[in-house]
Amino acid sequence: MMPDTILKGKAFKFGDNISTDHIIPGKYAHLRSNLPELAKHVMEDADATFAKKVKSGDFIVAGKNFGLGSSREHAALVIKMAGVSAILAESVARIFFRNAINQGLPVLICDTAKIDAGDKIEVNLTTGVVTDLTNGAKLTFGKIPEVMLGILNEGGLIPYISKYGNFEI
Amino acid sequence: MGKTLSEKILSEKSGTDARAGDIVIAPVDLAFVQDTTGPLTIRQFKEIKHGRLASPQRTAVFLDHAIPSPNRQLSNDHQFLRQFAEETGCLIFEGGSGICHQLVAEMFANPGDVIVAADSHTVTAGGLGAFATGMGSSDIAVVFALGKTWFRVPETFKISINGRFQKWVGVKDLVLHLIGVLGADGATYKALEFDGKTVSNMTISERLTVANMAVEAGAKVGIFPSDNVTQRYLAAQGKGNKYRALRPDADADYERAMIINASELEPMVAMPHTVDNVTPVNMLAGTKIDQVFIGTCTNGRLEDLAVAAAILKNKKRHPSVRLIVAPASQQVLIQAMRIGYIQVLVAAGAVILPPGCAACLGLHQGVLGDNEACLSTANRNFKGRMGNPEASIYLASPATAAASALTGEITDPRKGT
Repeated sequence: MMPDTILKGKAFKFGDNISTDHIIPGKYAHLRSNLPELAKHVMEDADATFAKKVKSGDFIVAGKNFGLGSSREHAALVIKMAGVSAILAESVARIFFRNAINQGLPVLICDTAKIDAGDKIEVNLTTGVVTDLTNGAKLTFGKIPEVMLGILNEGGLIPYISKYGNFEI
Repeated sequence: MGKTLSEKILSEKSGTDARAGDIVIAPVDLAFVQDTTGPLTIRQFKEIKHGRLASPQRTAVFLDHAIPSPNRQLSNDHQFLRQFAEETGCLIFEGGSGICHQLVAEMFANPGDVIVAADSHTVTAGGLGAFATGMGSSDIAVVFALGKTWFRVPETFKISINGRFQKWVGVKDLVLHLIGVLGADGATYKALEFDGKTVSNMTISERLTVANMAVEAGAKVGIFPSDNVTQRYLAAQGKGNKYRALRPDADADYERAMIINASELEPMVAMPHTVDNVTPVNMLAGTKIDQVFIGTCTNGRLEDLAVAAAILKNKKRHPSVRLIVAPASQQVLIQAMRIGYIQVLVAAGAVILPPGCAACLGLHQGVLGDNEACLSTANRNFKGRMGNPEASIYLASPATAAASALTGEITDPRKGT
């Protein structure tokens, strides 16, 4: 299912180098086949209150190198399960980037320093513009590579491959 | 214009003239999962319409992260993985065989191969000249089904290494230094390609250590040319017929070139909580530690245990420090017993864990207490990595780890050993 093109929600701010261990640490590996239980610990080691406060549609707004570390796709998965509609970051680690898109979770690269914690954000996936409705700032985000956009538009890699049976490149 | 190693391998595999920045589809020589990423991969695989394994003999499951299982949930995950292997005929390596990346080096990886797995340290096989990289469970599920995947051909940083290491300084110090210079995202999406006189003299064990940590600078692969050292290793592992000479072209295009003089390097330590937070060991001399961990896909090989045993021989760990050693594979353990390293380490007060990931990722077998510090030979020191966000992890070489086990504080292995 294609993501909505206009996303609205609140910004949850994080710094640089938020690793997959911040997002969902290895000590919870025993919960990886019980996703609802695992998802209760999303972002726990970066902000222990995040899981309780985040609402459907909200954004993770981070600095550089978001999602570095492990290949665990559970990191992207629990963020999506928390209702986060997109991740905005200055840059993102390679494996996490593929994982998020494969889960149908947009990752948008932009100058997140202009967004403050708690700001209301609007993202237009079609025009590529992020508007901070609280302070009026308008940011453009970098283009998602075409192959990944194709996957994102089908709602993730598994639906994409189920539909096309192959990579349409 | 000539080609880098990555461009050469991806050109050959994809049947295109692959250049940095291109998107290619390449067949995969081996795709694998381990016990913490495998269950999600298999569930994703089962959701693919008409999905069946493209090639059971190129598909592998390794039980290494949580072995022997510490709890019921992970035991059930292990059952699920064993059942998948039985149903599909894919390869499976039971707990105790070793860490996936070590077993891949010992049994599967060859120069020019494309290897992908649901584990970020898949880059390790670059030490043997393979284009090897980590992906998530959905990507690997699709490789299981199609036998291929898409890659963006990476730009390459050429890292030339010359000069001789000082005694008790080695490749772990080199790669920590490199990550400190590049930064934790300094090589994101890039290939690190290693060359130079020092590289020609590196053993495969050393090359695997360097390649293993390429991902800690964000790199997609860390890759070495193949040479007679590669050839001898493959022959010793019973795959001598898989050797092929593979070098970059002399006129290949590099995004960045760096030169490192190994003779100028000191023992290095990555401080909490990022791998690029690197400093010479002397800056930390005297820092008290509670646990020393020698092992992992970075430094759990025979040569690493040899260094530790040389420093710990006829000595005892400091009474205030726990010493944990986990050989990277069954082969490493057997060889280390035959030579006598294990006996030396046990006599020095080490706890020997079964071949596997052990304490590295905080599941079991060495979880840290509040405000404790661990000096580890692993590749990651993120907050919470070893099971406790209130603990600190320092990363260093086996020599620094062993020397520090004797004193209970971070110690320069060049002093008093």
